[in-house]
Amino acid sequence: MKQLLSFIKKEVLHIIRDKRTILILLIMPVVQIMLFGFAMTLEVKNIRVAVSYQYGDELAEKITARISASEYFDIVKTINNPLDIASIFKTENIDTIIVFSDGFSSEIYKGGIPAVQIINDASDPNQASTVTSYISAIISSFQNEITGRNMPIHINTELKMLYNPELKGSYNFVPGVMALVLTLICAMMTSISIVREKEFGTMELLLVSPMKPAYIIISKIVPYFIISTINLLTIILLAVVLLDMPVRGSFILLMGVSFLFIFVSLTVGIFISSLVANQAAAMLIAGMGMMLPVMLLSGMLFPLDSMPKFLQVISDFVPASWYFTAVKKIMIEGQGFMNITKEIIILTVMLAVLVAASVKKFKVRLG
Amino acid sequence: MVKVENISKAFKNVQALNNVSFHAEKGELFGIIGPDGAGKTTLFRIMTTLTIPDEGAVFINNRSIFNDYMKIRKNIGYMPGKFALYQDLTVEENLNFFASVFNTTIEENYHLVKGIYSHIAPFKNRKAGKLSGGMKQKLALSCALIHKPEVLFLDEPTTGVDPVSRKEFWDMLYDLKKMGITIIVSTPYMDEASRCDRIALIKNGAFIDVDSPANIINNFDNILIALKADNMRKLLKDVRKCRQIKSAFAFGAEIHAVIDSDNFIEEISSQLKSLDHKNIEIYRIPPAIEDCYIWSR
Amino acid sequence: MEQVIITNNLTKKFGSFTAVDNISFYVEKGEIFGFLGANGAGKTTAMRMLCGLSKPTSGSGSVAGYDISKEYEKIKKNIGYMSQKFSLYEDLTVAENIKLFAGIYGMPLKKIKEKSAHILERLELTDRKDTLVKYIPTGWKQKLAFSVAVFHDPKIVFLDEPTGGVDPEARRQFWEMIYEAADNGITIFVTTHYMDEAEYCDRISIMVQGKIAALAAPKDMKKEYGAATMDKVFRKLVAGTFNQE
Repeated sequence: MKQLLSFIKKEVLHIIRDKRTILILLIMPVVQIMLFGFAMTLEVKNIRVAVSYQYGDELAEKITARISASEYFDIVKTINNPLDIASIFKTENIDTIIVFSDGFSSEIYKGGIPAVQIINDASDPNQASTVTSYISAIISSFQNEITGRNMPIHINTELKMLYNPELKGSYNFVPGVMALVLTLICAMMTSISIVREKEFGTMELLLVSPMKPAYIIISKIVPYFIISTINLLTIILLAVVLLDMPVRGSFILLMGVSFLFIFVSLTVGIFISSLVANQAAAMLIAGMGMMLPVMLLSGMLFPLDSMPKFLQVISDFVPASWYFTAVKKIMIEGQGFMNITKEIIILTVMLAVLVAASVKKFKVRLG
Repeated sequence: MVKVENISKAFKNVQALNNVSFHAEKGELFGIIGPDGAGKTTLFRIMTTLTIPDEGAVFINNRSIFNDYMKIRKNIGYMPGKFALYQDLTVEENLNFFASVFNTTIEENYHLVKGIYSHIAPFKNRKAGKLSGGMKQKLALSCALIHKPEVLFLDEPTTGVDPVSRKEFWDMLYDLKKMGITIIVSTPYMDEASRCDRIALIKNGAFIDVDSPANIINNFDNILIALKADNMRKLLKDVRKCRQIKSAFAFGAEIHAVIDSDNFIEEISSQLKSLDHKNIEIYRIPPAIEDCYIWSR
Repeated sequence: MEQVIITNNLTKKFGSFTAVDNISFYVEKGEIFGFLGANGAGKTTAMRMLCGLSKPTSGSGSVAGYDISKEYEKIKKNIGYMSQKFSLYEDLTVAENIKLFAGIYGMPLKKIKEKSAHILERLELTDRKDTLVKYIPTGWKQKLAFSVAVFHDPKIVFLDEPTGGVDPEARRQFWEMIYEAADNGITIFVTTHYMDEAEYCDRISIMVQGKIAALAAPKDMKKEYGAATMDKVFRKLVAGTFNQE
């Protein structure tokens, strides 16, 4: 036990001595939250919208007024002849056209299925899908108001919008930043700190000593576990205070899932360190190999369902995408344990496989 | 104390060690002498249980490196080729850490490292990375000693070190030897051979001789002569041309050459005179270890 | 005789620490100049300034006729450099290394071809020219590194512990290559920890704590200090200061 404690102390010293790195590690989540929350937001604003409906359609006019009232949309043109649609994108620099079918109001009063067509300039697919969601949400909420009950509307309404009634896009990235920061610190820093010992030749000394390999690993993990917990709490605090983001589900469950993911990432770091011989390689594999998939394939920046099938399959093997989904469910949708069992089980299986692989790979002798 | 039996080890396309055997008694200072790439480091890694040989066996105090490696690790000290220290930890933190790795404390074995550590104790709060080369070496040696090992393995501790610091290092090893610690040390510097009780000369992965330095020199079975003249560079060229001389190399201020018979010395001398050499000196000399290494076949 | 290296009160300070302290000396064309000293005496720092890699704090110097603090780009074209730690790319083949370094100095392709064939032949490496450098023995590697360092016919070649860890025979062959280069008019500036190699130099200097403590031909230096070998001279000069920080 004394051995282990002194080893952990040594690891802590390494980290504290490297002031620049520790500062970066602690400030990074703050910067990322700021960046994603304010600068890089995927929210849409001042979208130029044209609407088309049969002249005098009462409900279509009301919906148009409501869309116009939103800060996101400017109604720049109202047309009454759908034939103009093709040319209007070019001539008026329009982003989106909303076409209400003829007899839209009467169809709703009858309890029928009204048709609304949303035509987007899809050159920016992200914006297009966000716009679609917003407009569908506005229409659907309007419909609920006037009928007093839910009625099906034939528009592709993204499900998550239901849980994001303020229509704030910024929520999505918070779980993403959590996944990113935890991966970075746990996988990258752990692997670098182990590989550094190989590079400086001290690993040789540790192996020649009676130190148990498990102790070496545990002492590498402990400090980064602590740092990532601090980061986790920082992110949640910033999200709640700065971005008014609620934690709808259980906080304990959120922390539980996060710890599970932290352990997965730490094991990834240990596994990487058993594969490479120098710090640069560790950084490349952990950085490129782990960070990019987290950013691109976890659903943090781009919705997964709009991705090609094979990328979706790959993303199933990225632990972060399961963590991302779980956090989203807990924080934004307020779901409980029962609804994230799938994610928990998958992460646990990943952890078991990685631990087994790392134990097998860790050598008590040199090459 | 250390028994190495018929060790062979190959990497991909290189035969690093080829049927190497030796044994070192308790309290012996044993040197493994040879240039870079001769297989010294591989041999050290095998003896310290870090690598498994393809063939042969090694016993450290009757414990096998195959089965009892954990016990061996508790009882040996190892100093790898490059100073393996934590550069960002202080002198004291390094020593403390290595003491605790072996479940001991600095106080418990301070008498062992006192002679060495006392030199660096004034800088105990300095980071290891900021120490001079000689200081680093002393710290690394202290760290390897702090758990009172039965055997100390030092892989090229003096490589790249100036002659004065090297001499000082060997003096420290003498003090350790007096305390009864068995020491296995490797070096590329042939002049350090004479400071060992016994040595092994290693060339291309094989031992060419294992004996005491004095015996190795006594068993040198060539006639070795030294030559000197005013123009040494020209002398070397001309000496190479003498048919009586089997081979010749520059050796500091002299040229060393091997001949078949003492009678040739006169002939060589007159031949060199005829080639306009001034102040020629030729005399028979006893070999140094470096001569034995060069002319061993 | 032409002086190809001249320094006047050359000094380099790092903060309050004076690594090189007012050194003045010269080296003549075609001379083999041994630059000796204990670890940390300031040899590397001085050598870096001469190669134009580091700017002197004060004092002046010229190498191959160029000012070391101003015309370092020109100096780099006229010198060769080789050290024990880095001299060749281990993951390139023998031939690739030669081509690379010749290319760096802007030699015409045809000349590179001719000369590399010649070098390979001389080092008996022709049938191993496609071997990665890391697989050839240290002694050979150092000889190759030296050939590469003088490939572009520099006026001066700087050798930083070129024979460390090299086997005794290869070490001597290496020195014979140095002799040959010196005979061709190339000036050799070399550091070493082997005291027998000090004897092979035309003149040597011994640095102690940033200053040049002695500078003479080996023979004269031995006479002056009443010592039989250079090893003993070195010990006399350096020992007094060794156990300090």
